[in-house]
Amino acid sequence: MFSKFVTIVIIIFFSLISYGQKQDMALIKGGTYIPLYGSDSMPVKVDDFSIDVYPVTNAEYITFLKENPKWKKSNVIALYADGAYLRHFKDELTLKDGENPNAPMTNVSWFAAKKYCECQGKRLPTLDEWEYVGMSDQKNADARSKDDYNKFILSWYEKPSTYHQEIGSTFENYWGVYDMHGLVWEWTQDFNSVLISGESRSDKDGNQDLFCGGAALGSTDLMNYAAFMRYAFRGSVKANYSVRTLGFRCAKSLK
Amino acid sequence: MKKQFILFLTVLFSFGMLNSCSESEVQESSPEEELKTEKKEFTGELPELSVYNLPSEWTNQNNENIRLEDLKGDIIVAVMIYTTCKAACPRLIADVRRIHEKVSDKANKQVKYVFVSIDPEIDTPERMKEFAIENEMDNDQWVFLRSDIEDTREFAAVLAVSYKRISPIDFSHSNIISVFDQEGVLVHQKEGLGVDDSSTIEAIEKLAM
Repeated sequence: MFSKFVTIVIIIFFSLISYGQKQDMALIKGGTYIPLYGSDSMPVKVDDFSIDVYPVTNAEYITFLKENPKWKKSNVIALYADGAYLRHFKDELTLKDGENPNAPMTNVSWFAAKKYCECQGKRLPTLDEWEYVGMSDQKNADARSKDDYNKFILSWYEKPSTYHQEIGSTFENYWGVYDMHGLVWEWTQDFNSVLISGESRSDKDGNQDLFCGGAALGSTDLMNYAAFMRYAFRGSVKANYSVRTLGFRCAKSLK
Repeated sequence: MKKQFILFLTVLFSFGMLNSCSESEVQESSPEEELKTEKKEFTGELPELSVYNLPSEWTNQNNENIRLEDLKGDIIVAVMIYTTCKAACPRLIADVRRIHEKVSDKANKQVKYVFVSIDPEIDTPERMKEFAIENEMDNDQWVFLRSDIEDTREFAAVLAVSYKRISPIDFSHSNIISVFDQEGVLVHQKEGLGVDDSSTIEAIEKLAM
């Protein structure tokens, strides 16, 4: 009798786990790609990994706050999150009126996003992993040279308040991943690996073509402007900043 | 039955793995009563913005394991470098050395000059020790630190230092000299190579008063 019970529990447990993983994360087959770091860009190798199908939502983050009270607005230390942290919350655990629980979680610092992922047994995606997934459209793994792909991203930049939209409301890409573009920017593990910023202009190591106007103009294709905006934004934020247009999703290495 | 028992153990084990986050939270915060005392210890002594709040662990050039908090009480002048760097780092190190020479003896007694490696795989304690000797920085005032890749990334995030590996042996990185007060709060940053260091020296002298 007991053994039967154990078996049933085990079956339910494992099917829950595998069900969850199938639903929540997409498997990404690794490869090489050439990122936008300027004209001397070298191909970068990306290993196989999995990534959340959707950005983390407000509702999911509230669950995290309940389990980890240290990250509530009143408890979090300033080193980890600035004053704008959870600015769209009415109180500790409640969204302001008009905020959508199924919209991407924003106003969240890099430290908080990183901790959230660690608590799911995951991590933030690296910048290269994110870009690798982000360069696909519905049909192509690398759609960066396609007009429609770039037009979609550029038109998003002009739309206001897309952070209010529900997750899943943009297109499903080649990997089965939604909302890489169209709703919010996303934190990456090594967002501070981008040297397109004030700092880098005074770096005197010869990479002058990396910076500002020079970067956009030096790019192989003007359409890279769409990606350049993303890199420039990453170079402008600090780890304890909380920004209304910046959310995150988690990733996982395959062992 | 035996098989099922093993399966059961597997379940228990994997359950434990899944909960590794909340377990570590337990030590820091879990039950409400403990939270208060822990919190007092956590933020009561250290200012919220202190870099010593980072839980990271480091190794120095003498192969001693230290926590950042062990530096508490000193004024810290910190830069991020890697020892195999041929371009910007030697100049950055020269800038720090110049600051050391210009700071008064009285103030220097309270200052530690800290070099944090952005290439922890190459910069072993032995390598850092050699580097310290080569640069005549082999005494208590000069501290060379390395950690794992993730904690290094986190430390850099606090300093707003950006870096990226651009080839197997080279990084591009921002050149920023940071000054922390005795409690680990960032009070001054100067960015660029060979720039005017008078404001940096002023910041150090002020903290040493």
